[in-house]
Amino acid sequence: MRLINRRPEAGFGRLLMIVPFVLVVLTYLIASAARLAENPADKLLPSPASMMAAVTRMAFEADKRTGDFLLWVDTSASLGRILAALAIATAISLVLGIAIGLLPYLRSLAGGFVAVISVVPPLALLPILFIVLGLGETSKIALIVIGIAPFMTRDLALRVSELPPQQIIKAQTLGASSWQLVLRVVLPQLLPRLIDGLRLSLGPAWLFLIAAEAIASESGLGFRIFLVRRYLAMDVIIPYVIWITLLAFLMDRLLVLLQARAFPWFAGARATA
Amino acid sequence: MSVLSIADVWKEYGEHVVLEGISLEIAERSFVALVGPSGCGKSTFLKMLLSEERPSRGSILLDGAPLAAEPEAGRGVVFQRYSVFPHLTALGNVMLGLEIGASRFWGKLWGARRRAAAEEARALLEAVGLAEATDKYPAQLSGGMQQRLALAQALATKPRVLLLDEPFGALDPGIRAEIHQLMKRLWHERPLTVVMVTHDMSEAFTLATRVIAFERRRNEPSDGGRYGATITQDIPVWPPRVAGQVTGLFESPGRDDPAPVAGTSRDDLALQGVRA
Ligand SMILES: Nc1ncnc2c1ncn2[C@@H]1O[C@H](COP(=O)(O)OP(=O)(O)O)[C@@H](O)[C@H]1O
Ligand SMILES: [Mg+2]
Repeated sequence: MRLINRRPEAGFGRLLMIVPFVLVVLTYLIASAARLAENPADKLLPSPASMMAAVTRMAFEADKRTGDFLLWVDTSASLGRILAALAIATAISLVLGIAIGLLPYLRSLAGGFVAVISVVPPLALLPILFIVLGLGETSKIALIVIGIAPFMTRDLALRVSELPPQQIIKAQTLGASSWQLVLRVVLPQLLPRLIDGLRLSLGPAWLFLIAAEAIASESGLGFRIFLVRRYLAMDVIIPYVIWITLLAFLMDRLLVLLQARAFPWFAGARATA
Repeated sequence: MSVLSIADVWKEYGEHVVLEGISLEIAERSFVALVGPSGCGKSTFLKMLLSEERPSRGSILLDGAPLAAEPEAGRGVVFQRYSVFPHLTALGNVMLGLEIGASRFWGKLWGARRRAAAEEARALLEAVGLAEATDKYPAQLSGGMQQRLALAQALATKPRVLLLDEPFGALDPGIRAEIHQLMKRLWHERPLTVVMVTHDMSEAFTLATRVIAFERRRNEPSDGGRYGATITQDIPVWPPRVAGQVTGLFESPGRDDPAPVAGTSRDDLALQGVRA
């Protein structure tokens, strides 16, 4: 049989899925054990036990200096920033995306501008943001918003223009005004597609968050890993990276779940389109 | 009195003349079928009746007044595809027009008014044979059911004219025969004037009171699109059909049988087109 026609059975497929994870963990364990055998003080590849100890220290013991449980303080600071930024970017891109996608005047006015704005490298704007907005929360949230909103806007405007023109005509023959058309035809069909755009934006959002936190911050997951980098504290950095990955992954899964629950019609419509 | 008066309408895209000199009076309660070879401008003509496109020259009057510049509630439409909204259930699709008409800001009804609209919509769904499918989304319906739904949705707002662009063109023959019966019944029972584009000659003669053929009089590649299509035939269907009068005598079953009409008619334009 051709390779393209060979499929794993369901159970075996799931087993295959775990293989790369197991391989990475095993490789790490072997490499770490080898280095530690040579030099017990090695900091580069800490043992699972020392990482567990670091996690316990960061998550379940109050910091001696501040009295905070650092992992949770960092997590809530970072999540607060990224969620605020995602909410703002969503609101901006929904309004602009629908307007640009639907109104020919606005498309002429703003289409080219958004296209140019979305290629400005956001990190190059970071110094400007720090100068104008200060080093506080605003500039960090603004960086994420500037980083993802133009893409989401362009994406949504494109999704609007991909709606079959027959639908727009049809709604008008049912008497819909432009506003009613937005409310009853365009917006409800855009929301599940917005979730797709949001999922694609999660990666860049985390990138900009960690970059902003690394440069100027007193808390946050990105701040912490760049802080402890000075002491080569791989036993803290590695669990933090895994934790960040897990958070990003969970956000993605939640969005998938939301899409399926809130828009039961979407999977079928996408399949038959 | 004509519902639609089309006077010397031309449609050009740049140098390319699609339609030329179309004049047509469409009587109240008639069922006009537009036939003609693919690409001759049937859809373009229907788009002008919808106000999706504007004539380059000439005028179109609806009940004696110039057509509104954009699509409106009085002119309903069913396309071959994408006529229904994928995010609304069958019931929601039929209610949409009622809700939009009754609630100017939200386009949505609640409470007793919503129940009344739902009742009306259910009756329509039953009339098109979709009583069992009220809570299904379009993606869960077959092609034939989706077109029934599209008809119910278009009829909910009681349009003065119903415009159909190859509405049954993508359906299997068996399903198509069933939906033809439905279409006839709807036309007989409701105050409808219908203009239907089709490329299927037997469908035209099965449903219409009048069959209009569009064709290019000159169609040489060397013409470079300088000549558009125009009306080459205008055939009243015999025996005459009158809206609301279903007589077993005239509506004999043979009438609905597509084969003889398509095979033997001397008016078979597709064949003439080939010979010309
Ligand atoms: N927006 C447009 N711009 C340029 N040419 C068009 C446009 N719409 C339709 N046409 C041309 O008009 C002709 C008739 O198209 P159409 O009305 O769709 O034909 P039919 O429905 O009879 O198959 C075609 O040659 C098509 O290329
Ligand atoms: Mg066509």
